[in-house]
Amino acid sequence: MSILARNLTKTFGAYTALADVSLEIPTGKLVALLGPSGSGKTTLLRIIAGLEFADPGSGRIDFHGADVTDVPAGKRGVGFVFQHYALFKHMTVAENIAFGLTVRPRRERPDRAAIDARVKELLKLIQLDDLGARYPAQLSGGQRQRIALARALAVQPKVLLLDEPFGALDARVRKELRRWLRHFQREIGVTTLFVTHDQEEALELADEVIVMNNAKIEQVGTPQEVYDRPASPFVIEFLGNVNRFATKAHPLPGAGSDVLYVRPHDVDILREYHGEHGVRVRVQHVFSAGNTGRVALVREDNGDAIDAELSRVRLAELHLVAGDEAWVVFRHIRLFPAGAFTERDVATEDATPAVADPGQGI
Amino acid sequence: MASAVSSLSRSAGSTTRPLATRDALWLRYTLTAVALGFLALFLVLPLVAVFAEAFRRGIGAYFAALNDPDGLHALKLTLLTAGLAVPANLVFGVAAAWCIAKFTFPGKSLLITLIDLPFAVSPVISGLIYVLLFGAQGWYGHYLDAEQPWLPGLQAWLIEQDFKIIFAVPGIVLATTFVTFPFIARELIPLMQTQGNDEEYAAITLGANGWQTFWKVTLPNIKWGLFYGVILCNARAMGEFGAVSVVSGHIRGETNTLPLHVEILYNEYQFVGAFAAASILALLALVTLVLKSLVEWAHARRHA
Amino acid sequence: MSRSHRSVIPGFGLSLGLTLTYLSLIVLLPLSAAFIKTLGMSWDDFWTAVASPRVVASYRISFLASLAAASVNCVFGLVVAWVLVRYPFPGRRIVDALVDLPFALPTAVAGIALTALYAPNGWIGALVAPYGVKIAFTEIGIFIALTFIGLPFVVRTLQPIIEELEPEFEEASASLGANRWQTLRRVIFPQLVPALLTGFAMAFARALGEYGSVVFISGNMPMRTEITPLLIITKLEQYDYAGATAIAVVMLGASFLMLLVINLLQKWSRRHHAV
Repeated sequence: MSILARNLTKTFGAYTALADVSLEIPTGKLVALLGPSGSGKTTLLRIIAGLEFADPGSGRIDFHGADVTDVPAGKRGVGFVFQHYALFKHMTVAENIAFGLTVRPRRERPDRAAIDARVKELLKLIQLDDLGARYPAQLSGGQRQRIALARALAVQPKVLLLDEPFGALDARVRKELRRWLRHFQREIGVTTLFVTHDQEEALELADEVIVMNNAKIEQVGTPQEVYDRPASPFVIEFLGNVNRFATKAHPLPGAGSDVLYVRPHDVDILREYHGEHGVRVRVQHVFSAGNTGRVALVREDNGDAIDAELSRVRLAELHLVAGDEAWVVFRHIRLFPAGAFTERDVATEDATPAVADPGQGI
Repeated sequence: MASAVSSLSRSAGSTTRPLATRDALWLRYTLTAVALGFLALFLVLPLVAVFAEAFRRGIGAYFAALNDPDGLHALKLTLLTAGLAVPANLVFGVAAAWCIAKFTFPGKSLLITLIDLPFAVSPVISGLIYVLLFGAQGWYGHYLDAEQPWLPGLQAWLIEQDFKIIFAVPGIVLATTFVTFPFIARELIPLMQTQGNDEEYAAITLGANGWQTFWKVTLPNIKWGLFYGVILCNARAMGEFGAVSVVSGHIRGETNTLPLHVEILYNEYQFVGAFAAASILALLALVTLVLKSLVEWAHARRHA
Repeated sequence: MSRSHRSVIPGFGLSLGLTLTYLSLIVLLPLSAAFIKTLGMSWDDFWTAVASPRVVASYRISFLASLAAASVNCVFGLVVAWVLVRYPFPGRRIVDALVDLPFALPTAVAGIALTALYAPNGWIGALVAPYGVKIAFTEIGIFIALTFIGLPFVVRTLQPIIEELEPEFEEASASLGANRWQTLRRVIFPQLVPALLTGFAMAFARALGEYGSVVFISGNMPMRTEITPLLIITKLEQYDYAGATAIAVVMLGASFLMLLVINLLQKWSRRHHAV
């Protein structure tokens, strides 16, 4: 295992940022650390980088089998890319990239020509060959982010750590750069861990996703695993839109009601239905713009809202208008017993608008 | 209190304003006239008066008055004082800003308040406290007079050298240092706080050690603020009057700084001499204002 | 330091150690000398030193002249700040730079220049002398010197606040039917009040302790135009160290009170503008 962290705990006064967190990151993989703000993901990344320290007596971090827990950040061999780039404003792009090499003790420092060659090679790698003499202020956000990456890579780090690498960029550049990073990481094969709060980014980019919530890891798995087989109510609610119903239909031990989850794309709308699993609904609104059709529905029996997502072709076939009555059936349901909800989950779920907001597609 | 002194972080006002924020022409002209009239009366006129009085007897008398050995000595002492006080406060200012901006620790806001303290103290009192410490009646005086002193060798040496602090150059430097103490720190602390630590973290993950991080990353980022603080600190150090007046003893050709020299000449009714010396200080003030504006301009351009 | 508080950025111990040592040696130790000196006095001696008629008269003149100067600076400082931010005119940059002159000009120079202007034979003094008005060597002279000293505080505190006023407030007010005067008085002015008070307190605090610019123009007549800092110097020249220190302690008390008030005002101002 390339990065191995065990039993990390970090508290700031009364606030717990990490509660006994352990993780393993395989060599050469691109791994996303996904969670809402305040979930502890950035703290975890900074502890791995050596920019912060876990609580005294807690935890251990190994890189490639070697204990680095007490190795200072500059000697760990990490490349760290900051959310706001943290490029040195008073240095040119080339000086920024060369920085890590020029600050080495004299006998370990490559000579001028070797440093220049390395800078040139990296500039080529990030496809900004001609910008070496510019200053960061003269570059676009996407270019700066790539420079920051090149600077981190110049010292040939054992692991690459990125803190919300696309957070400060606008949507278009973000998409482009995302694709570029994926390709780039495959090419150089360095073990990479990046922090994000954007589930779309994590699912699209990563080989493996680590979902964090409330100072703990909720689930680790491939994008498909975490999306299709969420381990907790938090994971299902955080990864995309979902309909949520309280139910007594499947009584299980424990107090409170159990909760059923259905993804909007697992909701099918039918004009006529005669089976026993259908639910009678009334159409509230049809959203027909966009690449899929969405329908807002209300259950006739208890007034619960249901969001459905279907192809535009199917939507056209149905000819739905507001006020129509129809049936829905659920293709795929996930049930979590009441006991699966800790108090903290409930608190988070109230604070996570992504769940209720149908505007965020998957 | 220093926040009023510092205007480095101010942005330049825009020239085109939304319609609803425009005032009627008569109001604009009236207010502009009032403001300019007030500034002319209170700022420009005194400045003009300095030079007018200095040249009252003609240019020859002016240069004759300047060519005065006591005056030259006063100028040298002023430069020496600033040359010691400013670097001392510079080192302190950088250290204080470093620990306050880069770390969290209990008592930090108290420390910031204490750094501001000399701004709140009357210059006269700033001098007085050093007289109390180092004067003949003070702790230092008691030490020199002590029968069984702590470190007798030091006492003997100090007496032998006739090492005086009050009514001597060390007292002048100390009082000046006290009065100009907060200038550079107060300029750097907010600057470094807004810059955050990311660039330092980046340097450290790239393998830079503490000094490399400071010299190559932090210092270039704060150099304008530093220069700005030094300009303000230097202007006050060279111009300080009240505090220095208390500790100097006014010994001509020995413990007179330029502002004290102005006072002595003035009190002896040597008006041309007094205003000639004052004109040097006024020029210094104008140079300070020009440099300050240039730094603000350079800073604003960098952050435009 | 425990491991959980340790920071990756080095130099905490060195910089804090240097800061505290230097602060203690240059500021705290000398300041405490003043308080320790007064501890050696009996209460009666102390009271006689700080409450004799001549001393009380000096408090009165220092306080009133500072109050008047700070108030006048509030009015004109507000106008100057407003004009400098809102009304572009040729030479604005030069005028803006000139506002700092009282910070940059040595106080002794300001003192003799103001005296030369306002003395009965000076440019301004001669204008008013025929009407029997004396400016220099009276309370008015003190007031003028303190106004000169305090002006930048008010202007420089107000300027950034006026710059940051969002035009939306004025546009909203105008769109709701307020005329310009109502907008200025009811929308803009209330937003400037915290900064105005902060500037006032700073100018006032500075004026209380001012010495160099006042001593030449005031005439220094005991009971009439003798300010408190001058009285301290007078006592020192008479080798009355205890008396001088006692008055200094009273002044320090007032200064620390002002420092506290200014800090609170700034806090209030920041909160006011955070919304």
